[in-house]
Amino acid sequence: MTHLLDVRDLSVEFHTAVGTVHAVKRVSFHLDRGETLAILGESGSGKSVSSSAIMDLIDMPPGKITSGQILFDGRDLLKLPASARRDINGRRIAMIFQDPLSHLNPVYTVGWQIEEALTAHGADRATARAEALRLVARVGIPNPADSLKKYPHEFSGGQRQRLMIAMALALKPDLLIADEPTTALDVTVQAEVLALLEELQHETGMGILIITHDLGVVAEIADRVVVMNAGEVVETGETAQVYRNPQHPYTARLIGAAPGKGEMHMPVPQAEPVLSVRNARKVFGRFTAVEDVSFDLMPGETLAIVGESGSGKSTVAKMLLRLEEPTAGQALWKGRDLFAMPPAELHALRRDLQMVFQDPTQSLNPRMTVWQLITEAWVIHPAILPREKWKTRVAELLQQVGLKPEMAGRYPHQFSGGQRQRIAIARALALEPQLIICDEAVSALDVSVQAQVIALLDDLRKRLGISFIFIAHDLPVVRDFADHVMVMEKGRVVELGPVRQVFDSPQQPYTQRLLAAGLDPDPEVQAGRRAARLALAG
Amino acid sequence: MSHIDTIPDEPKPLVRFARMLWADKFALAAVLFLLTVLVLAVAGPHWLDGAAQKQNLRGRNAPPFEWERGWLWVLGADALGRPLLARIIVATQNTMMIAAGAVVCSAAIGTVLGLIAGYAGKRTGEVILRLADVIMSFPSLLLAVVVLYILGPSVGNLIVVLSITRIPVYLRTTRAEVLEVRERMFVQAAKVMGASGPRIIFRHILPVVLPTLTTIATLDFAFVMLAESSLSFLGIGIQPPDITWGLMIAQGKQYLTTAWWLSFWPGLAIILTTLSLNLLSNWMRIALDPVQRWRLEMRQTRKGETA
Repeated sequence: MTHLLDVRDLSVEFHTAVGTVHAVKRVSFHLDRGETLAILGESGSGKSVSSSAIMDLIDMPPGKITSGQILFDGRDLLKLPASARRDINGRRIAMIFQDPLSHLNPVYTVGWQIEEALTAHGADRATARAEALRLVARVGIPNPADSLKKYPHEFSGGQRQRLMIAMALALKPDLLIADEPTTALDVTVQAEVLALLEELQHETGMGILIITHDLGVVAEIADRVVVMNAGEVVETGETAQVYRNPQHPYTARLIGAAPGKGEMHMPVPQAEPVLSVRNARKVFGRFTAVEDVSFDLMPGETLAIVGESGSGKSTVAKMLLRLEEPTAGQALWKGRDLFAMPPAELHALRRDLQMVFQDPTQSLNPRMTVWQLITEAWVIHPAILPREKWKTRVAELLQQVGLKPEMAGRYPHQFSGGQRQRIAIARALALEPQLIICDEAVSALDVSVQAQVIALLDDLRKRLGISFIFIAHDLPVVRDFADHVMVMEKGRVVELGPVRQVFDSPQQPYTQRLLAAGLDPDPEVQAGRRAARLALAG
Repeated sequence: MSHIDTIPDEPKPLVRFARMLWADKFALAAVLFLLTVLVLAVAGPHWLDGAAQKQNLRGRNAPPFEWERGWLWVLGADALGRPLLARIIVATQNTMMIAAGAVVCSAAIGTVLGLIAGYAGKRTGEVILRLADVIMSFPSLLLAVVVLYILGPSVGNLIVVLSITRIPVYLRTTRAEVLEVRERMFVQAAKVMGASGPRIIFRHILPVVLPTLTTIATLDFAFVMLAESSLSFLGIGIQPPDITWGLMIAQGKQYLTTAWWLSFWPGLAIILTTLSLNLLSNWMRIALDPVQRWRLEMRQTRKGETA
């Protein structure tokens, strides 16, 4: 029997200025109709390059396919002429991407774009319009007829991904390639989009090739999984089998690094909070971003603020640092109100409060060396450290975050994502702060790196007694690390309590929904979650 | 900042830049050419002023490449029989002073105002922008005529007039870039650290904006040289017997059909100078950007391997 898609011995090289990069090395996998195959891997593993080869999306040069076959329905795609491949792309193989906003054309209406996909492959206008309406209704967009006349920016992220799916399915493809389709979405939306994909697969019998870095997504949707590392397939098998009994050490490490399995913290009750926020409020024009937020933070503890995008969690952090001016409320830091502080006093206080940002690629000035980045703190606050001691202290800080002192002369782009975040942490530590606010500090990192950075932060908390406010959209990440958890929705605090209470017996329906929507890496646990979610929805 | 010397695994900056310059042969040639221009600008008038002013009516519009007259006449002679090569060399000083002066002044003032307009509050920004609008909407030639008529033509006044008319270009570009860069994450990170306004502007924002500005400045160099010649043509710029390249082009215009070399050689001098500046600024953009720098260093090591 021939497989729907059969990739054999595929190798792809890129000729770059720094030499030849072997992005994909002799990769083989296959996929049948009605089956979902996940390619799991971290950044740089070659998972996206393999799928781009199927869609003929690799730029050649610099890319070059050096060996292998891609058999689609028994025909080798690599030997077909360009016009034949174009005909297969879209009609028989469709693709959806991570960021639907950048793949929808902003100047055309959504309806026009779906019709275009249909007419480009030979349908007439009237049938195309009727079909577009049916598709948009099918993927669950409210008011389908009106929605067709709207532009991409008028939809939410989840709706845009639904529209992309509608467009991809317009020509009833046999194979759908989904490249990180839910990475940019909130957890509750992610679960809905994955459920939609599964439903559509049952209806049409298409094969789905899903590319992801998330074990949870694999557990939720995939029948089989291909694990890739550094351009090679390290393991293939049934999802449950691979999770229960990983054969390759890399797979085992990846599964071990997944957050949400360790012992939860037991915070000791303390009397004197280091920071206490009361009735904080922030209004942008007519939009209320944060309403009536109050919490206490004890010294040496971690408070996690969890919420979906638009819940106001980042605004709370920015108000505490006065990057946004608060509209009302109080934030007492050691008895002094942060919200009412004059600029001069605030300058001195910057030492105590530091922030680590989401994306270290953007938060480190690309034109400064590590040395300049770290010592800038002491240029701004000369009282911290005399100049002669800078050198030893920089070396000390770099060692503290797990980097080598020799690296001080390098620029940020010469490091990996995880190392860059360590530099950002070292920079924050240079000011000897008592509170560090981490705004999605690990969400841009690979799972295994994520685990290392969280371990580093927890270690710093224990050794230096620093308090943390840890902002995240992902519940499992904060489970192992937080002492208290605050759940936010639409600018308000929904639930606030010790970590065990929030995770083991959530009181509010929103928290319950959030927990149910989170994807567990264990396929069996995930099956149970799905049942619970359907029960909540029903 | 001088703590670059504490960095262990990088060569000394001077050596490093020399190597990167060696890697890009076009930039190297450009630097050598510009150094020659600089030397001629300083020494030229002392050295050849007599030869450049001495009329020789028997050699009127003498064609180029007639070697028997001596090397000064290689490029031919102008309508009064003065050797063109000598005149071009002597004119270098005035030309460079006006062009460099106007470009540096307008770039400096425009950039500072642009940084303020982009980073300061809304009202300050608006005031500065309207000022730029006033300059832009006023015909620059008319402004020049009025100012130079009142003040009288001189090198200093020319620089003032030309730089005023070019300020808005830098101002608007800088402001637009600052508005974008100030929202970047690393600027926020600096704010959290307690960095002052000037520190953020000069240490974090300016280095990102600078490559765009140097590119504009090199293009402006040619523009200013030609603008100066049109002022001379109107009789309010540099006046004979003083000379500039632009003035030489203007003077040669009426002989264009009979003696093309009168305008051609000074024109070539302008083209070569701006071309060199362009190549140099292109090289600088890469050499000063730590993310791009490897392109030049790579090329150099690869050459080293094959040699």
